Amino acid sequence: MDYYKTNIDQLHADLVAGKITSADLTADTFKAIAAKDGEVQAFLALNQEAATASAANQDDQGIDADATLAGIPVAIKDNIVTKDLTTTAASKMLANFVPIYDATVIERLQQAGMIVVGKTNMDEFAMGSSTENSAMKITKNAWDHTKVPGGSSGGSAAAVAAGEVLVALGSDTGGSIRQPAAFNGVVGFKPTYGRVSRWGLIAFGSSLDAIGTLTRNVRDSAHVMNAIIGADEHDTTTVPRPQEDLGAKIGQSVQGMKIALPKEYLGKGVDAGVRAQIEAAADQFRAMGATVETVSLPHTQYAVPTYYIIASSEASSNLQRFDGIRYGFRAKDVQSLDSVYVRSRSEGFGDEVKRRIMLGTFSLSAGFYDAYFKKAAQVRTLISRDFENVFKEYDLVMGPTTPTTAFGIGAKVTDPLTMYMNDILTIPVNLAGLPAASVNAGFVDGMPVGLQLIGKAFDEATIYQAAAAFEDANDYKDQTPGGQN
Amino acid sequence: MNFETTIGLEVHIELKTKSKMYSPAPVTYGAEPNTATNVIDWGYPGVLPSANRGAYSLGIMVALALHADITRFTHFDRKNYFYADNPKAYQITQSETPLATNGYVEIEVDGHTKKIGIEELHVEEDAGKNTHAGDGYSYVDLNRQGTPLIEIVSKPDIKSPEEAYQYLETLRQIVQFTGASDVKMEEGSMRADSNLSVRPIGQKEYGTKTEIKNVNSFNYVRSALAFEQKRQIGLLMAGKTIRPETRRWDEPTKSTILMRVKEGADDYRYFPEPDLPPVVVSQEWVDEVAAKLPEAPTARRQRYVHELGLPEYDAGVLTNTKEMSDYFDQVVALGADPKQASNYLMGDVSAYLNDQQVELQDIALTPEHLAAMIKLISDGTISSKIAKKVIAEIIKNDTDPEAWVKAKGMVQESDPAVLTPIITDILDANEQSIEDFKNGKDRAIGYLIGQIMKQTRGKANPKVVNQILMQEIKQR
Amino acid sequence: MITKESVAHVAELAKLQFTDEELQHFTGQLDEILNMVDQLSEVDTEGVPVTTQNVVLENVLRADEATMVTPRDELMRNVPTEKDGLIQVPAIIDKEED
Ligand SMILES: [Mg+2]
Ligand SMILES: [Zn+2]
Repeated sequence: MDYYKTNIDQLHADLVAGKITSADLTADTFKAIAAKDGEVQAFLALNQEAATASAANQDDQGIDADATLAGIPVAIKDNIVTKDLTTTAASKMLANFVPIYDATVIERLQQAGMIVVGKTNMDEFAMGSSTENSAMKITKNAWDHTKVPGGSSGGSAAAVAAGEVLVALGSDTGGSIRQPAAFNGVVGFKPTYGRVSRWGLIAFGSSLDAIGTLTRNVRDSAHVMNAIIGADEHDTTTVPRPQEDLGAKIGQSVQGMKIALPKEYLGKGVDAGVRAQIEAAADQFRAMGATVETVSLPHTQYAVPTYYIIASSEASSNLQRFDGIRYGFRAKDVQSLDSVYVRSRSEGFGDEVKRRIMLGTFSLSAGFYDAYFKKAAQVRTLISRDFENVFKEYDLVMGPTTPTTAFGIGAKVTDPLTMYMNDILTIPVNLAGLPAASVNAGFVDGMPVGLQLIGKAFDEATIYQAAAAFEDANDYKDQTPGGQN
Repeated sequence: MNFETTIGLEVHIELKTKSKMYSPAPVTYGAEPNTATNVIDWGYPGVLPSANRGAYSLGIMVALALHADITRFTHFDRKNYFYADNPKAYQITQSETPLATNGYVEIEVDGHTKKIGIEELHVEEDAGKNTHAGDGYSYVDLNRQGTPLIEIVSKPDIKSPEEAYQYLETLRQIVQFTGASDVKMEEGSMRADSNLSVRPIGQKEYGTKTEIKNVNSFNYVRSALAFEQKRQIGLLMAGKTIRPETRRWDEPTKSTILMRVKEGADDYRYFPEPDLPPVVVSQEWVDEVAAKLPEAPTARRQRYVHELGLPEYDAGVLTNTKEMSDYFDQVVALGADPKQASNYLMGDVSAYLNDQQVELQDIALTPEHLAAMIKLISDGTISSKIAKKVIAEIIKNDTDPEAWVKAKGMVQESDPAVLTPIITDILDANEQSIEDFKNGKDRAIGYLIGQIMKQTRGKANPKVVNQILMQEIKQR
Repeated sequence: MITKESVAHVAELAKLQFTDEELQHFTGQLDEILNMVDQLSEVDTEGVPVTTQNVVLENVLRADEATMVTPRDELMRNVPTEKDGLIQVPAIIDKEED
């Protein structure tokens, strides 16, 4: 199966018609992984035996005409817990951790009949923008193996971009789906906070984390998102809403749509080539009948410090449970409880995780809370208000997903601050809890550029509408790494 | 130099719920280790809390019973600290916006009523349990982890160990009457941490306080505070300074022992819990809870004294526990004389409970049958002497007293038409006794009554016998 | 300017330990990050409420029912050392219970 040339609707039609079986599809997926992952290094664990069995089971049951996702393989980022399948969050801390329950999204995908083929690499505990912070392996950008795939959902993005698997789940705390999607030329989708249950997502920044998709095209994303959205009693921050089809407006024209282009999103630090592609995208939207106007989101420059305080503070607390007592890594030859904690955590966590724990612990500590955590939580309000103001008049916000295309492996990993600045365009969305997508907007020097589309809370449908119109107007999704057009 | 003492109490009370504060695991006592837990209690990677409405309602109930102001907009907070019995390494509690503030408790000291202010009340989760074996290891059981707690923090109004004792007793009683908790010190469903400081009278600032933790009876709290008060004053008199310490009560030596010296305040890095939506308490919710709030012990005592005419002492004893007070109310509601009901509950019934080491709700006797028996006494159907036998029987077996005394032939004879001929016969046969009585020998009457009782095998109603006897003698 | 001592204090709170060299390195990095963060002080936040959640909901509360127990042997699968249904940990010394 050549995943570059297909999509869920096509596969579903073929499955229903009996032209292919889920067993074939699953076997082909493992073949594609075997052929390509040696180089790309996107997967941390394969679920071959169980996947093969559940594919056969799907075939036995027969694929229902309205079960769009039944029998279709999916890869899962390794910070989403999968019962009986090792889940490491790419940390030495959880190298041997076998979950005893399934995340809600896993239950829902399985209910929809999807076949979980394996777990993908990521930055340790989702902290990073290059997947270089994985304690397990270095994943390569599908377009250029000397470059990073982005992060933290780098494994999921690279696996989809390399044609190893059609769709994958990722998580996005500050851009961790959209940024690697941009770097790998695939579609990354981050839903509104509260849209998808976080039950079973190993928490990083609880008020920011969202599970979403990495896919080759917009329609596939909507299909998978539709299967995982909805309130969950296990996550009381999920919002109960009537059943919705997020892809309902796909295929509708963008005629009359009002799109805002914040000037801060094309400011300094944004690569000229990237800017040119985004300006071209704006022109394309205009040509299709939308209005695109320049606006201001004045607090954008404060998003990075605000985010690093809030995400790190929450993370410092969330990651305290990794203490070597009930699960995970416990240091050898420890004599006292305190040394279990200190040695297990010091040996089990990597540098970036420690850096964020330290920053977060500091921000919450006595005497610093008001100046750091509280201040950041106030600026967060201003960042949200910036969006509210723009959304009074506009349907969408557009801009680049990242200031540059994928950078080289090793280029930034030693300089945390430069790495953090890479997320400046994705972070505001998480702070405000909004939905956003990244779609391929062409190439600069052979590397993909991401177009980011940000919507109003719970208005994913408009993002999908515009994203599909843009995708249909271009042939970017048909371009594949290694020049296979 | 004269000193003034200031005492603060932080009381933790386990709320009586079916499930935990932030997880739908069962709340149990004494279950096999780690069998009443789930992945949430264990702080498994990926789990999230969900707050228990029932527990929050019980929190509101306790707050109402303590006359506190319910906070309308609240959120939960995380309190961060590492310990083996604290799986997430944070406790979900309420720090910025506690469930209620500014309540009070009225205590009796030296015959006076004193108001002790309550700073705040908040809901939170209990920790698991560590046992320290002698083998170089500790062992963790997480069954208790997540049990709903309410923490009640007093204002610096408590000025003596005795007041502290009275405060705890009163608080226990008030909460017990709400039904929100068992408030049993022995089972750990009520726990008190205290702190004490002294300062020379007239000094504005409080002195350095020491904390006393893990004291498992109110008496020990009082003793520990008294010891601490003396120790601190002694240090100050000797020109020494008080260190901020955590100490514990050592019963064998009747003294407090240093656990650790506090270097700076603990840094719990509180921040708002992002995983739980805020709680907004509407007036309807408060009303709904208030409607279920049982009458408070003080109100009951006043009612017993002023409406039912009971002595203060009885009212006090009957309101010791909600079970006793409820039971008494039921018996009275069924038409029994209040004083008789009080006497039997404080007397025979309590003696039986003590003897059998059981609780009122565990014995067979129903309020219906106790009330029925009291009515048998009041209407003269049985004598108080017979009643002794009846109560013993009905406590044990909840027998219907009316049917039982009939079956056993214990019904008292009060009918003058039956008694008069018996009495006249006896008088006829004892002329000498009548003579003696008229000559002032009172003892003679006793003899005559004895004869009548013998004749009726003890069933004659003494009151009626006395009346008829006097009448008959007068006529002779 | 954050000092090595305060970084060491934070490490203690976070239950992490660093060699002297690591501490030096971390202090430098944290200092840079905090410098970046200090930009926030130029934002006027007078009277601005905090945002600590993007949750539009309130009172999402569970009925008081016990509906979820995880079997002990499943929970024990990931426990490094256990004994008689209890989690075994190296001895706890000198710390009162909270
Ligand atoms: Mg507390
Ligand atoms: Zn407490």
